Amino acid sequence: MDNNLENEKIEIDLLIQAIFRKYGYDFRNYAKASLSRRVQQRLSRSNLKTISEMQHKLLYDQSFFETLLLDLTINVTEMFRDPYFFKAIRTSVIPELKRQPFIKVWHAGCSSGEEVYSMAILLKEEGVAQTARIYATDTNEAVLQEAEKGIVSIGKMQQYSRNYMDAGGMSSFSDYYTARYESALLNKTLRKNVVFSCHNLVTDGVFGEMDLIICRNVLIYFNDELQNHVFGLFRDSLCPGGFLCLGSKESLMFTQCSDDFEIVAEREKIYRKKGKRG
Amino acid sequence: MEGVVKSKYRAVVIGASSGGLKALKTILSVLPGDFALPVIIVVHRHPNADGYMEESLDHKCTLSVKQVDEKEKIQNGVVYIGPPNYHVLIEDTRIFSLSVEEAVNYARPSIDVLFESAADVYGPELVGVVLTGNNDDGVRGLQRIKRRGGLTVVQTPETAEAESMPKAAIAAVDPDHVLPLKEIGPFLNGLSIFNIQ
Repeated sequence: MDNNLENEKIEIDLLIQAIFRKYGYDFRNYAKASLSRRVQQRLSRSNLKTISEMQHKLLYDQSFFETLLLDLTINVTEMFRDPYFFKAIRTSVIPELKRQPFIKVWHAGCSSGEEVYSMAILLKEEGVAQTARIYATDTNEAVLQEAEKGIVSIGKMQQYSRNYMDAGGMSSFSDYYTARYESALLNKTLRKNVVFSCHNLVTDGVFGEMDLIICRNVLIYFNDELQNHVFGLFRDSLCPGGFLCLGSKESLMFTQCSDDFEIVAEREKIYRKKGKRG
Repeated sequence: MEGVVKSKYRAVVIGASSGGLKALKTILSVLPGDFALPVIIVVHRHPNADGYMEESLDHKCTLSVKQVDEKEKIQNGVVYIGPPNYHVLIEDTRIFSLSVEEAVNYARPSIDVLFESAADVYGPELVGVVLTGNNDDGVRGLQRIKRRGGLTVVQTPETAEAESMPKAAIAAVDPDHVLPLKEIGPFLNGLSIFNIQ
């Protein structure tokens, strides 16, 4: 192997160890390719020369670590991403949820909250917002604060509006926000039943008795071992008959938990935990 | 395939943008069933595109053509296409990873992301090909492939439906080969045959 390349790989492993021991964030079972890309990116934007220098800096400078943490946890999301997914939620999941007196929804890895607000809009239009509570969690405190603000760049609203319509939107998307200069402020009422809180899928435990768990494009950053761990966590956090939704290229099949679930919608990646509600 | 596979190359990565489907058909349709390397492709397309591209290429080619699946193991003689709206990366263990991180060069999937990640894994055993396109995605990736000792190939701009992308690559990289579209397939095939002693 190319000597530089070998050194870089060693340096990245050490960096991940340092982050874990110093700050408790565990990236050891993350897929390496994307992680090293983001470390390299931070390196090129900094005045540091090597990843070893970066390691020194993050140990002694917590604010630098917080910047790096934002890089390492991908925070790219959008409203109504994959509109066909939200459409399937309306047709295949909502009718089942309507039978429950109370609905608990968990958005795991909610990032800056775009999907949480999308779901809040959907639940409102389907007439179940009053009986629903959405738990929106992320490992990163800073993005949760962003999520709570509910501010979206105005430039994205045109695309979101299109997504919303394609997702079976029943109203006009502009009913849900107020435009202010460069940003759009999402209606406060949407987060009335939303609880934002810190939860780390790697190190924290079961998040109980959910009717619906949404975790899209989070598991792609984990290796097989960690994916299996998290699928187990989701299984144990769902009620019997509860739903699990993944990103369009993620799959529950061929994992250790596949026998515990049945497929509701293959393309939309909606699964249902087997068993009857007690 | 008898004997030891004593290979110089382990994988081919290809990047294309506008005019890409047609160019890919020309290249991939001449690769024979015993082509010995994986071919990993990123093409710019609409985020909500369906599987038409994969199907139509699969129909045209002897090799099997499929969309990249998350954490899928890379196999020789298979043509992989990056899914719309995801970046494609390659792990040391020679499996695919996908990512939804920011668009690079306004593109997701981005050619640079695939090429850079493949260069880090395959080093001098990688062949990188930049085809037709209207932007300059692929330049940084091809530079990385060159720096890691891999083989760099660019389509002759005159034979490209959109020439900006190959032009940008030629200007920035000084590629090992600049080839007309029709010659790229046979050229890749030659590299693959060379591998099987």
